Amino acid sequence: MKKRKLTPYFFVLPGLIIILLFVYYPIIQNLIYSVLDWDLFSGTKKFIGLKNYIKLFKNDSFRVALKNNLWYIGISLFFQVGVSLIIAAILENMKMKKLSALYRTTFFIPSLISLTVIGLLFTFVFEPQGILNSFLRSVGLESLARGWLGDEKTAIFAVIAVSQWKSIGYTMVLLIVAIQRIPVEITEAATLDGASKLQTFLHVTVPMIKDTILTVMIITTSGGFLVFNEVYIITNGGPYGSSEVLSTILYKNAFVHGKIGYASSIGNIILVFSVLFALIQNGAFSGIGKKKRGETGV
Amino acid sequence: MKIKRDTFSRLLFGLIPFCFFILILLPVVWMVLSSFKETSEIFANLWALPEQWRFENYIEAWNTGISKYFLNSLIVTVATCLLNVTVCGLFAFALVVYEFKGKKMFHALVVGGLMFSPIVSLIPLYQELQALHLYDTRIALVLIYTAFQMPLCFMLTYNYFKDIDRAYVEAAQIDGCTSLQILTHVFMPVSKPIIMTTVVLTAFYSWNEFTFALIFLQNELKLTVPIGLLAFQGEMHAEWSVLLAGLTISAIPIIIFFIFTQKYFIAGLSAGGVKG
Repeated sequence: MKKRKLTPYFFVLPGLIIILLFVYYPIIQNLIYSVLDWDLFSGTKKFIGLKNYIKLFKNDSFRVALKNNLWYIGISLFFQVGVSLIIAAILENMKMKKLSALYRTTFFIPSLISLTVIGLLFTFVFEPQGILNSFLRSVGLESLARGWLGDEKTAIFAVIAVSQWKSIGYTMVLLIVAIQRIPVEITEAATLDGASKLQTFLHVTVPMIKDTILTVMIITTSGGFLVFNEVYIITNGGPYGSSEVLSTILYKNAFVHGKIGYASSIGNIILVFSVLFALIQNGAFSGIGKKKRGETGV
Repeated sequence: MKIKRDTFSRLLFGLIPFCFFILILLPVVWMVLSSFKETSEIFANLWALPEQWRFENYIEAWNTGISKYFLNSLIVTVATCLLNVTVCGLFAFALVVYEFKGKKMFHALVVGGLMFSPIVSLIPLYQELQALHLYDTRIALVLIYTAFQMPLCFMLTYNYFKDIDRAYVEAAQIDGCTSLQILTHVFMPVSKPIIMTTVVLTAFYSWNEFTFALIFLQNELKLTVPIGLLAFQGEMHAEWSVLLAGLTISAIPIIIFFIFTQKYFIAGLSAGGVKG
């Protein structure tokens, strides 16, 4: 009988060990590291309280990074929520179902491909002799042509553009799935009442899928906040640190300069925000985002 | 007047997705086209067809390293999928079938894992892997990928298991099945769709994961595709056509895999609402 009582514990044990060891333990360690002056190269490791955080907020590269993250979030919200929603609605309204399915699949595919492939491909797009400049020259906008990734003013925006190219189809599919879940009778009733396509979109479609829109807004925001891969692959923060984001300065401080304590404090800033986003998404805050996570529907 | 506006808006609505379609497709078409060219041809005329379709670019890319990275990615991906399905299956089964102390806490612990982003754990994980002698091993990636995919996969599995008729469990118990047999012979078979969904999501994640692989692997022989491609780029110097061939081969399997598993993939996405 006693053996029976222990059975469930044996079952949860492997998962519990893995998640405690590789998710929770590091989070706690990171909190501890951040109050240390810990430098791998000089070998110092001592308690300094909140000094890392104070240093961080006074640091220019932290401010540049934060600003770039905000640009990332803003532009991503515009394209991956706004534009994506409009195109999703158009696709769902198309008469030729085969064509709209082809569009949908094509838009979605970039989000499946490894970012390394996409990042390296786009370095050819942004090359001085690359695809973008050759296009600009052919339409007479030669004055705009430049080395997009070598220019401090444009580097971060080039990277952000790649992210939009990659991710817009992803959010579009989420929105399309939600639109398809709206009962047909509701949209039909609106049409019978004489509502135009635009009115139906604004007064029926959007309100009916507002939970999904909110979810998409949150994952887009947190994606812009946490972005690392594309920046690392395409510009690695350059030129002259102009395209750094929070995650790349964390990476460089820790794994290039060995400033473990300082880098950990950046990690904790990211932690606070990512937990916040997750809580909002789960609807922990009253009323907003009451989406049930388990709901599936294709 | 009304008709005119209608055709205008129709045209506009037809044009927007079409332009977008071209925008998405162009870089990909260029990549494939250029991968068959001679490097010197690429920038001479960006959109010209190759003078000669050089399939040898692909053979060179495959032999210079891509094959090795494919194998590593395959090992890591298969192992992560197996481990994740096993761990989530056991965990969800225990929580659904048994009443025991700490049940709620275990549930919250796993689901809570969703809140944390990998980037925050990088530094401590690096120290931890060194201490466990797991740094620069593929096992480390398998364990970490499982840990970070578990919350979502557990939730999907748990929600599915919850709805399985308890009468099956009782019948199996009367037949003398052990708990493990109930899991493998009753729960797993009826949960095939959700297991497929978790496998597909985990496979995409493990195949494409970049950050952990970048920091926790060092030995060139162990690199997975996303990191291997960076090494490959370094090796190729100015052999751009071979590099582009390498990029193209790397993109193909995932697209084929998607075509066959679309249904499960989309189901997982709309349930999870997380970004890859």
